[in-house]
Amino acid sequence: MTLSNFDRDKGLARLKLMERIRAFEEAARRAAVDEELVLGAIHLSIGQEAVAAAMIEPLRRDDYILSTHRGHGHTLAKGADPQAMMKELLGREGGCCNGKGGSMHIADFGVRMLGANGVVGANITIAAGAAHGIKILGGDQIVVCFFGDGAANRGPFLEGMNWAGVFDLPILFVCEDNQYSASTLTSEMTSGNVADRARALGLRTTEADGNDVTSLAASADEITKRIRETGKPEFVHAKTYRLSGHTYFDPATYRPEGEAEHMREINCPIMRLRNNLSSTGVEEGEMEAIREAAKDEMLAALDAARNAPWPANNSVFADVQDIGSPAKEAF
Amino acid sequence: MAVMSYANAAKLAIAEAMRADPTVWCVGEDLGRGGVFKQYVGLVEEFGPDRISDAPISEAAIMGAAFGAAMAGTRPIVEMRFADFALCATDELVNQIAKARFMFGGQSRAPMVIRKPMGMWRSSAAQHSQSLESWYVHIPGLVVCCPATPQDNYAMMRAAIACDDPVVYLEHKDIWLMEGEVDTSASGSFGKANIRRTGDDVTIVSWSNTANLCVKAAEALAKDGIEAEVIDLVSLWPWDKSAVLGSVAKTGRLVVAHESVAVTGFGAEVVATVAQHSTLKTPPKRLGSPRGLIAYAPNLEDKMRVTAEMIANAAKKTMEMETT
Repeated sequence: MTLSNFDRDKGLARLKLMERIRAFEEAARRAAVDEELVLGAIHLSIGQEAVAAAMIEPLRRDDYILSTHRGHGHTLAKGADPQAMMKELLGREGGCCNGKGGSMHIADFGVRMLGANGVVGANITIAAGAAHGIKILGGDQIVVCFFGDGAANRGPFLEGMNWAGVFDLPILFVCEDNQYSASTLTSEMTSGNVADRARALGLRTTEADGNDVTSLAASADEITKRIRETGKPEFVHAKTYRLSGHTYFDPATYRPEGEAEHMREINCPIMRLRNNLSSTGVEEGEMEAIREAAKDEMLAALDAARNAPWPANNSVFADVQDIGSPAKEAF
Repeated sequence: MAVMSYANAAKLAIAEAMRADPTVWCVGEDLGRGGVFKQYVGLVEEFGPDRISDAPISEAAIMGAAFGAAMAGTRPIVEMRFADFALCATDELVNQIAKARFMFGGQSRAPMVIRKPMGMWRSSAAQHSQSLESWYVHIPGLVVCCPATPQDNYAMMRAAIACDDPVVYLEHKDIWLMEGEVDTSASGSFGKANIRRTGDDVTIVSWSNTANLCVKAAEALAKDGIEAEVIDLVSLWPWDKSAVLGSVAKTGRLVVAHESVAVTGFGAEVVATVAQHSTLKTPPKRLGSPRGLIAYAPNLEDKMRVTAEMIANAAKKTMEMETT
């Protein structure tokens, strides 16, 4: 890319967000591996920070996002409180879902983040429906739906995108392609090209380098403006790479030896942005300070989570249903 | 009071709710043409195609999108066409809709009515005839309702639309044209049984169209001097335990009857609950479909049916056993 029109301030803001996402993930990994405080599976988005940062940057607070099992980055980018998120990962009181969902069901309706999802691809039809709801209510919000490359091989991918096309819904589908479906190379399990599937459904489609936050943010700005104007759905295929395993305890031995290390050296989105900032004259020291501040923030979030109590036992029957609530009649 | 069909009673309830609340809307296949059973005829003319919305043959998307629209602030009524086809949207209903409020720590609600026309009618074979209500009762987060009369289909549909929980609303396909008086001032309440007939000799518990067969059986029993109390549960979760326990305390005899497969059917739950809380004079009788499959040929299809005669015979058996 040319750096002639590189916006230094935006670059620094993106760096700050991406460092915060990475620091959150590293703190979560530490909580899981070193301290055994995270009891369930967590799926880290290390290496994929640019997609969350770029695609959510042009959104308003009242726009919606829906995410996946690998959803910490999207949730932070939409503006959720990292302390509440970390408490949720640890299953504690004060977590965004009061300890009932954990990492895979993280949600913050206050910033219109309508939930991560434990079922691959299941959020696609739900996201189309959120956009349908906006249309019925006459709003001007838009929806951004993140899913992985593996989701392109599930039925809701077809049904949800067809739905958005048929009803002209204001939604952006973002395939965050980290190249692996859990522990299987997605290309070995995918016939044809994912972006072609979206094109075949009549969606305007953009294929992008998901690790170049600068160009991806420019695309996101243009695309989301267009969706808000036209009310028509679009699709972005953002190619990235998962630097960590599927879950935090997955050593990813199925990958060719050295692949992740090589990608970290040549294609880490944070490193690439730092190189760009550096060439526009930003001092290393300033960027290091951003990184350290992010680490401090997320370690403080972990401290807060570590010290938070478990949810009250009697909350187990709360928020199941009003009619026929288990609080009254579980048996 | 007006006389109307079971189908039109629910339609009236929907139309009234849609007039009162612009966030209520219906979505499903062929709704613009009035629905596959004509249960939406005329609604698109009044409310337009955005609120009586056709849908692609995409059950997962119908269910999932309605859920998304519910989280965005609308109150969808989802039409699944046949209860059997709703199985294409099982993840959306069971893993997403039923669990979202809890998993998200109370941040969201799914105020939805999910209409699933159920049951045997005529030669529709194994994929268009099932009664799977007990499956849904097993899923925490869902309300389950199986009305059997025009009055209950009106009142419970109003209650279902007003409910902030997702309601699986199973209407029986064989009684769309059943006529009855409907009092539109009567409000429906989940967990409140409809005592279709009172009697002191034997309690017969049922729901959906089989409850209508139980009323017929009770009329036949009366000719033989046996007074049966027919309890139509109307909703299965929550269900009216106190009506059933109160009745068996009086009669000491119990028959449960339903169209769905008897094995692990909801009748088993009723019998188990009575066994825990009450002592019967004679062993209970449980009637349901054999654990076989519903065939196309009418003589084979009939092998899966519970009839009024079978219900009456079961009730008589509970009376005889005491004396032998």
